[in-house]
Amino acid sequence: MEWRIFYLAFLPGFSSIIRRVSGEFAKMHFLKLILRNTLRHKLRTGLTVLGLMVAILAFGLLRTVVDAWYAGAEGASSARLVTRNAISLVFPLPINYQERIRRIQGVTAISHASWFGGVYVTPKNFFPQFAVDAKTYFNLYPEYLIPPAELKAFLTDRKGCVIGRKLASTYGFKIGDTIPLRGTIYPGSWSFTVRAIYDGAEAGTDTSQFFFHWDYLNETMKKAVARRTDWIGVYVIEISDPDRAAEISTEVDAMFRNSLAETLTETEKAFQLGFVSMTEAIVVAIRIVSFLVIFIILAVMANTMAMTARERIAEYATLKALGFGPRFLAGLIYGESLAIALAGAMTGILLTFPVADRFSEQVGTLFPVFGVSLETVYMQAAAAIAVGLAAAILPAYRAARVSIVEGLRSIG
Amino acid sequence: MENLSEPIVQIRQLTKSYHRGEQLVPVLTNISFDIFSGEFIALMGPSGSGKSTLLNLIAGIDKPDSGSLKVSGIDIATLSEADLADWRAANVGFIFQFYNLMPVLTAFENVELPLLLTRLSRNQRRERVELALSMVGLTDRMEHYPSELSGGQQQRVAIARAFITDPVILVADEPTGDLDRASANDILAMLERLNSEMGKTIIMVTHDPHAAKSAHSIRHLEKGELDVTN
Repeated sequence: MEWRIFYLAFLPGFSSIIRRVSGEFAKMHFLKLILRNTLRHKLRTGLTVLGLMVAILAFGLLRTVVDAWYAGAEGASSARLVTRNAISLVFPLPINYQERIRRIQGVTAISHASWFGGVYVTPKNFFPQFAVDAKTYFNLYPEYLIPPAELKAFLTDRKGCVIGRKLASTYGFKIGDTIPLRGTIYPGSWSFTVRAIYDGAEAGTDTSQFFFHWDYLNETMKKAVARRTDWIGVYVIEISDPDRAAEISTEVDAMFRNSLAETLTETEKAFQLGFVSMTEAIVVAIRIVSFLVIFIILAVMANTMAMTARERIAEYATLKALGFGPRFLAGLIYGESLAIALAGAMTGILLTFPVADRFSEQVGTLFPVFGVSLETVYMQAAAAIAVGLAAAILPAYRAARVSIVEGLRSIG
Repeated sequence: MENLSEPIVQIRQLTKSYHRGEQLVPVLTNISFDIFSGEFIALMGPSGSGKSTLLNLIAGIDKPDSGSLKVSGIDIATLSEADLADWRAANVGFIFQFYNLMPVLTAFENVELPLLLTRLSRNQRRERVELALSMVGLTDRMEHYPSELSGGQQQRVAIARAFITDPVILVADEPTGDLDRASANDILAMLERLNSEMGKTIIMVTHDPHAAKSAHSIRHLEKGELDVTN
């Protein structure tokens, strides 16, 4: 090969067309460099991705547990109020309040529910049980979808019960099955026949509940402990205008002021949040742990990226000597860090769904609504991106600032 | 071929020192000389004499404390970091002792790397890289990674990468320092061809008197000063 031919053919004037890195050419080579650098130490990258995957999965699960805690409040209707005893939820209210509340202007319907607290075989098999006013209760809860024939069968059987789909599938209950419960608040052995199974109108509807006739409970108590008859746990009030919730609540409570059992009326959402607040410390602890998991993986990832950048100082110095700018070098490090973070995030997010399903199966009806929300997925992705970016800050800064002479000296 | 009578590198009263802890260690003191276009010079001297520092200053990867250093009429000591990066991309080809190839890029991609800073299309880049690699005898090794090449072959890739952008000067820091005698001779022959056939100005730092014989002239450095007795 005659070198002069090459020179004359291609090179003269070549130096005048040098430019900075930009445009289409850079994108492809930039991505190629990032990808190859990412796969350079497969074991290290694999372990970091694995760590991120576990962290993002744990973060997603913990966030889902927190969501499950608030699921009742999230699913509450703004058109429903709950009236309870003002002293505490454990104290009941007289049944005769019902007609007086019904007469308040703006109240369109009223029903009641009483916590039963029975044990199915062992206390471990927890699920919520309510004695309800069978004729009115389900009219207030259109989100409980009950086939008309099954509802009719329930209404005509005083020892019948309505159970949710999740409860039925957890314990394998079918229509016609007998469910024995050992009473705790209401002593004795109780048995109910499954007459209806309801589905939820929405994904967030609680289908782990058990409802039976309050009349059956009341009559049984009349025979056993007469002074405990004609009391209910809470009233559920349907109102025509949600904007009047505060006004109607005040009116209800004013009606029973200085009475035998003063009332506290609030929206269904506030009522549900009251339960959550009782366990606020646990929710806060779970939230803190979920962010700690992310912080720990950030430290691991930052260490990996720092190690990676330190090993490549000579390469960065060479690239700088060739004319590549600090932003190009920083971009390589940010790109690699983000690639690892996103690989971990994607696998972690994909795994969150089956693991959450398995977790939900294991905890049974403890969390009636347990599903990975879109918001959780967004938070997982955002956490991964934040980790990817934060882990690259210091190594990218060092690479961008590296002195070419010092960097080249680090070879060998 | 450019005119040999015009100095392409003009060095005047160049001084450079480094901090070692609180102590200031002078490396180069009042260096002045010219390098002419098309010249092939060897910088020699014992370890610590400042020859690599001088090469780094000429290549624009380090800055002097005082004095002036003009390459093609531009005082590179006054350029900003960004301007200096552009200047290096356009004017300097680097050949390092340990080749400094990107291990994740093939021979082809390593040679193509400096062209990514130009406006050339993909096909134009391919043409040039293939030709450059054929000139250094590595047509059949284009898709090989550095780890799959011998030291001599890696240095040949580095040479192709150095001249692919038609730089004004080629700087070579101990280009044969990591090679056996046969490979070193190959590399020196290539540098001679770059100089004689393409008119490239080459500044080479070497410890090896045999390598220095390839150059037109030899400059000796002793304790940071040019040894005028040689």
